[in-house]
Amino acid sequence: MSATSLDMTQVRWHSRGGQGGMTASQLLAETAFEAGRQATAFSFYGAERRGAAVASFNRISEEPIKLYSRVTHPDVVVVLDETLVDVESVTDGLEDDGTLIINSADPDVDFGGTVMAVDATDIAVAHDLTADGTPLVNTAMLGAVAAAGLVDVDDVDDVVASEFDETNATAVREAYERTEEV
Amino acid sequence: MSNAAAEPEPDEQAEGEARIMTGTGAIARAVRDVNVDAVAAYPITPQTEIVEGIAEYVETGELDAAFSRVESEHSALSSVMGAAQANARTFTATASQGLLYMSEMVWWTAGSRLPVVMAIANRALGPPWNIWGSHTDALSQRDSGWIQLFASDVQEAYDLMLAGYRIAEDSDVMLPMMVNLDGFTLAHTMQPLRTVPRPAISDYLGEPAVPHAIDVDAPRGYGAFTAGDNFWKFRRKMMDAMERVPDVTREAFAELEDVTGREYDLVHEYRTDDADVAIVGLGTLAHEAEVAADLLREEGTAAGVVRPQLYTPFPEEEVRTAVADAEKVVVLDRSTSFGRDGIVTREVDRAIDQDAAGVIAGIGGQNVAYDDIVRIVGGATPGETVWFGGEIE
Repeated sequence: MSATSLDMTQVRWHSRGGQGGMTASQLLAETAFEAGRQATAFSFYGAERRGAAVASFNRISEEPIKLYSRVTHPDVVVVLDETLVDVESVTDGLEDDGTLIINSADPDVDFGGTVMAVDATDIAVAHDLTADGTPLVNTAMLGAVAAAGLVDVDDVDDVVASEFDETNATAVREAYERTEEV
Repeated sequence: MSNAAAEPEPDEQAEGEARIMTGTGAIARAVRDVNVDAVAAYPITPQTEIVEGIAEYVETGELDAAFSRVESEHSALSSVMGAAQANARTFTATASQGLLYMSEMVWWTAGSRLPVVMAIANRALGPPWNIWGSHTDALSQRDSGWIQLFASDVQEAYDLMLAGYRIAEDSDVMLPMMVNLDGFTLAHTMQPLRTVPRPAISDYLGEPAVPHAIDVDAPRGYGAFTAGDNFWKFRRKMMDAMERVPDVTREAFAELEDVTGREYDLVHEYRTDDADVAIVGLGTLAHEAEVAADLLREEGTAAGVVRPQLYTPFPEEEVRTAVADAEKVVVLDRSTSFGRDGIVTREVDRAIDQDAAGVIAGIGGQNVAYDDIVRIVGGATPGETVWFGGEIE
């Protein structure tokens, strides 16, 4: 894997339809792009409906990105819904030097690498970020992604504030501060 | 994500805006920026976001166009065909079953010599039901008289739309244009995009000038009954017009480069100069193959990629020249022609002086990555077509 065209950071998001995983991956790409980097975002889903498992992907690089296939060897995995851990192999292809970021108050995952956790559901509910009863944890999880060092939290704040509002930007900041390595 | 653009800064008016957008967003933005007059659309995944984006531009006043919400794809194309007959600049978009449903009007539009531009977010044809990418939808209309371009990234999707209007509306051509983008893998992938300022596009395109546009002061019939002594003449003229498309396309690309600084050709070549293996394909799969070519070269195989951007008419001479010295030509084919292998494989076979190795790969959402392409190239055999999925147990 020494080709320079493969020199990039790859991210895979696991979420359920309606939680905003696809939007989160798009906001991450926008944040990286606004910071002067190359970025792509895309998603893969079977059923286009609420509750169905959705995988979203990012590639971030200093060079133009030529890959369109799904990310099978991520550097970072982000889990928006911890019930997916029992349903999918969220760590598939994630090596021990990788990072798993999970929305959980009490993370219980079998992974040898770095695990970072934040209770994004609690943050979303506290800020009244819900749709039809589903907590919208995506912007909070972007704060956790910033805490893991992928992007600068100020840049995330700017993008989220401009695409959504200050409430979401506050959720980003709060999650950034509450994210802890397990 | 909102498509609504803020007022551009002064320097952006000169250089365009740097944005990050999906393929569907880029197509909608191109429709806005070329100042299309009339749009008619019926939604179908994965095209729907294109016409949603355009509807938003019309709603916000950023695009002053008639937007017709019609009850079917057949009506969508009928509607814009009528508008084009009145010399309006038109657009519609579809995919898959939607394209098949409008097929009657696909042929009618071409036969009427109207420069309609249509985006196709390529999607598999059912059954079985499937929403992901394949090229068979557009290629099934190959012989209808539409020009076809294939984009392989978000910037190309935008730029080929601009060139698409220029080529279709050229007085030597006057044929409709399909701009293809892979369903989901390009349509729904967000990538950086630089737009072109509207005044520059206006200068590049000029005004549409359909020579046989409706003129109420000089009434005439359209599509009238024609017998054997004249019918062939209409087809002959379409054939001749299609033969002029490569030269007109080169000119359109060259003048677009003067505006944007971005270079396009009928066939995009990557590391082909000394290639022993040429990988040929359309769209995103062929774009990802460039990374496979890099890896193959690290392993000691001099590989390159040949990616036609113009599909109809097929640039046979350019493809032949591009693969000239390669010992093996591997076609990554996202289409099927039952009894005839892949559709693109047949085109390439006809163009080159050797037997192509066909691989049917990446249809209906089958994930094909760069490292898969490395293996595909190793296993491909000239004169045979194999399936990336292998044998069925």
